[in-house]
Amino acid sequence: MIYHQLIVVGGGLAGLRAAVEARQEGIDVAVLSQVHPGRSHSGAAQGGINAALANNPEGADDTPEKHAFDTVKGSDYLADQDAAIEMTKDAPGVIYEMEHWGCPFSRYDDRRIAQRPFGGAGFPRTCYGADKTGHYLLHTLVERAYQRGIKMYIEVFATQLIVEDGVCKGVVAYDMIKGGFLEFRADAVVMATGGAGRTYINTTNAIISTGGGMAIAYQAGVPLKDMEFIQFHPTGLFTTNILMTEGCRGEGGYLINDQGERFMSKYAPTVMELAPRDITARAIQTEVNEGRGIGGKEFVYLDLRHLGEQKIAERLPGIRDLAIHFEGVDPVTEPVPIVPSQHYTMGGIDTDMEGATPLPGLYAAGECACVSVHGANRLGGNSLLETIVFGRRAGAAASAYVKGKEGGGSPAAGAADPAAARMAAFVEELAGRGTGEDAYAIRAEMTVTMKEHFGIFRERASMQAGLDKMLALKERTTRMGLRHTGGVFNLDMMRTVELAGMIDVALATAAGALARTESRGSHARTDYATRDDKDWLKHTMAYIGADGPRLEYKPVTLGPFEPRERKY
Amino acid sequence: MPEARFHIKRFDPSSGIGAHYDDFTVPYEGSLTVLEGLFYIQEHLDGSLCFRYCCRAAVCGSCAMYIDGRYRLACQSNVRHLTGETIVVEPLPHMPLVKDLVCDMTDFFAKYETIKPWLIRTSRDPEKELPQTPEERKKLDMPVDCILCGACYSSCPSVWTEGDYLGPAALLKAYRFEVDSRDEARRERLPYFDNERGVYRCHTIANCSEACPKELNPTEGIQWLKRAAVRRRLFGRLK
Repeated sequence: MIYHQLIVVGGGLAGLRAAVEARQEGIDVAVLSQVHPGRSHSGAAQGGINAALANNPEGADDTPEKHAFDTVKGSDYLADQDAAIEMTKDAPGVIYEMEHWGCPFSRYDDRRIAQRPFGGAGFPRTCYGADKTGHYLLHTLVERAYQRGIKMYIEVFATQLIVEDGVCKGVVAYDMIKGGFLEFRADAVVMATGGAGRTYINTTNAIISTGGGMAIAYQAGVPLKDMEFIQFHPTGLFTTNILMTEGCRGEGGYLINDQGERFMSKYAPTVMELAPRDITARAIQTEVNEGRGIGGKEFVYLDLRHLGEQKIAERLPGIRDLAIHFEGVDPVTEPVPIVPSQHYTMGGIDTDMEGATPLPGLYAAGECACVSVHGANRLGGNSLLETIVFGRRAGAAASAYVKGKEGGGSPAAGAADPAAARMAAFVEELAGRGTGEDAYAIRAEMTVTMKEHFGIFRERASMQAGLDKMLALKERTTRMGLRHTGGVFNLDMMRTVELAGMIDVALATAAGALARTESRGSHARTDYATRDDKDWLKHTMAYIGADGPRLEYKPVTLGPFEPRERKY
Repeated sequence: MPEARFHIKRFDPSSGIGAHYDDFTVPYEGSLTVLEGLFYIQEHLDGSLCFRYCCRAAVCGSCAMYIDGRYRLACQSNVRHLTGETIVVEPLPHMPLVKDLVCDMTDFFAKYETIKPWLIRTSRDPEKELPQTPEERKKLDMPVDCILCGACYSSCPSVWTEGDYLGPAALLKAYRFEVDSRDEARRERLPYFDNERGVYRCHTIANCSEACPKELNPTEGIQWLKRAAVRRRLFGRLK
């Protein structure tokens, strides 16, 4: 048994920012991470982070209020307006702080942080470091975590929450390097484990973006909010779904169909390629569905050639390398085949603006959480912002909780590790089944089911069939076994345990989507094509149940921005 | 369907037998990266195989390995571009092993931490950003792209023979901060690389720059640090 006052699960931007904040508050905090924190998926973010700094000459009139309005409009009015206002108000300060900590943002000649236009934004407010902003921000926070001497347990894989008397008391985790399960006990836990992109076969996300933190919170009875809202990024590489940043279009790139037409003129005539992601992804999918994909195939072109080699080298060097290495196409000389790809989980563990979940002692931040600031559709550049703003807030709130808690502190030395023992017994049971049901076959069927039945366009019969398939897959997971029972770095065990959680999280998406009889943001139904504010201006709350998710709803916090039809 | 043949170095500390190689054949359609091949093997042929992975887009630094006799990221290595009948996959050489393709990175990160890899400032921070010109920022382009994959460290003969040498990745990180116009470390970071564990152990063999899968040049950064350290000793100036 290991004890710290506060355990942060996940070493990406949200988790590290929470840990740095807690350390500053004098809390004994430790970070648990499945990978070295510098390898977290935050580092794959490319285009930038939004804040109304008004550095761009064309953004001189920008303000946090305008940023909040764009965020709420982009969310199709499902975001909680108080949270969006708080986030955009915090934004300039947290960005200056990251800069003071060394983040190498790109610069203007006047020596200020450079900002580029992004989709759905009224002003160019996306601060960037070339097209590697996530990598730069992540390494800056890793460096700060080392500077503050924050304890990091690296390659430790969390599998379960410890909940006693209705209070979160820590996590059980597998030590990948030494083998075996350990109890990490704490007075509070911050979950910051990222999204669940890997529940879809066609995702931009890292292989570790499996929704692990969402799953273990959900399995402990914590609700997942708005899980039906899945963002498809308009531009993933055709063969691998690797991300081509929205910055490609922010810098002036075109989307082109088989007829050589900039087809966004039909879908968003004013802003063209800089429409929000939900609208742009649907536009591409519509072109493909109507036979105007390139050569009749399932992709269109992202054309950057007119930007010229110099601008691409300066602003978009990373995606040029990715296109060359992974698609065999040099954007300087050829258009890039792209396809909309699962990119972001708008929903997540239900939290308030301070990261608190309904379970006392459990906090969450970043993509695994749902505050909600993204509502039904997240704007590009707002996810990096969310990680840092709400990572900081969750770290502060968890610290205050820990300080105010009576009866905290380390459990008696030599106390048994009953939760870890139960986890170890479960793995023994899996091993005892021999190979059992093939976890990898189930995983493959799940990812295809989610793409085909809960993709960009949705409809009742298809979703019902998809939900039935998912429930059947869940039933099969109860018969999964293990092929390998060895002690250290046991990928077979980790990926089998992980799969059970992925199915639970994906089921929350499936059930929420089927129930929501309207179209809003990323949730586009062909059988209910319009938004229905009368019945559906509310958050979905999914609770785990014996026969699948049980859905409840709670109201959206409205504010100064009256819900209107979204037009761009 | 085309097939790729893998010849993979295996090691399990609990088995009692030493390192050996196993062969696997992986069918594929279209294209196949080495990382995808490893997943196929782990899922279908041998559940005990282990390796590191995360982003599969050459930005996280998890899957640096020794593939067909060169340092590469498994995710960025398409089997079509590898010559030879079988693809030889080995962990980063000269590193202690955890299991199979997973090596022990403890010393690597301990050395990284040694050089104080963070922006050091003594002045009060302004309300807004610290000013920096595009030219000053450009000096950071090369070193800030480091993904800490460990390929350079594993390739460096000075690391192999001098166990306490900090190695190219840590020194490149020191360079990244020393060259940053906002950094005010002055003498604070210097003692950690201007010593017998630091820059003077680099004999400009430049294996690191050859090995780097991001095509960075740690050798260049280390020479800059050497010049800075000598200047500091002779004239009392660092930059």
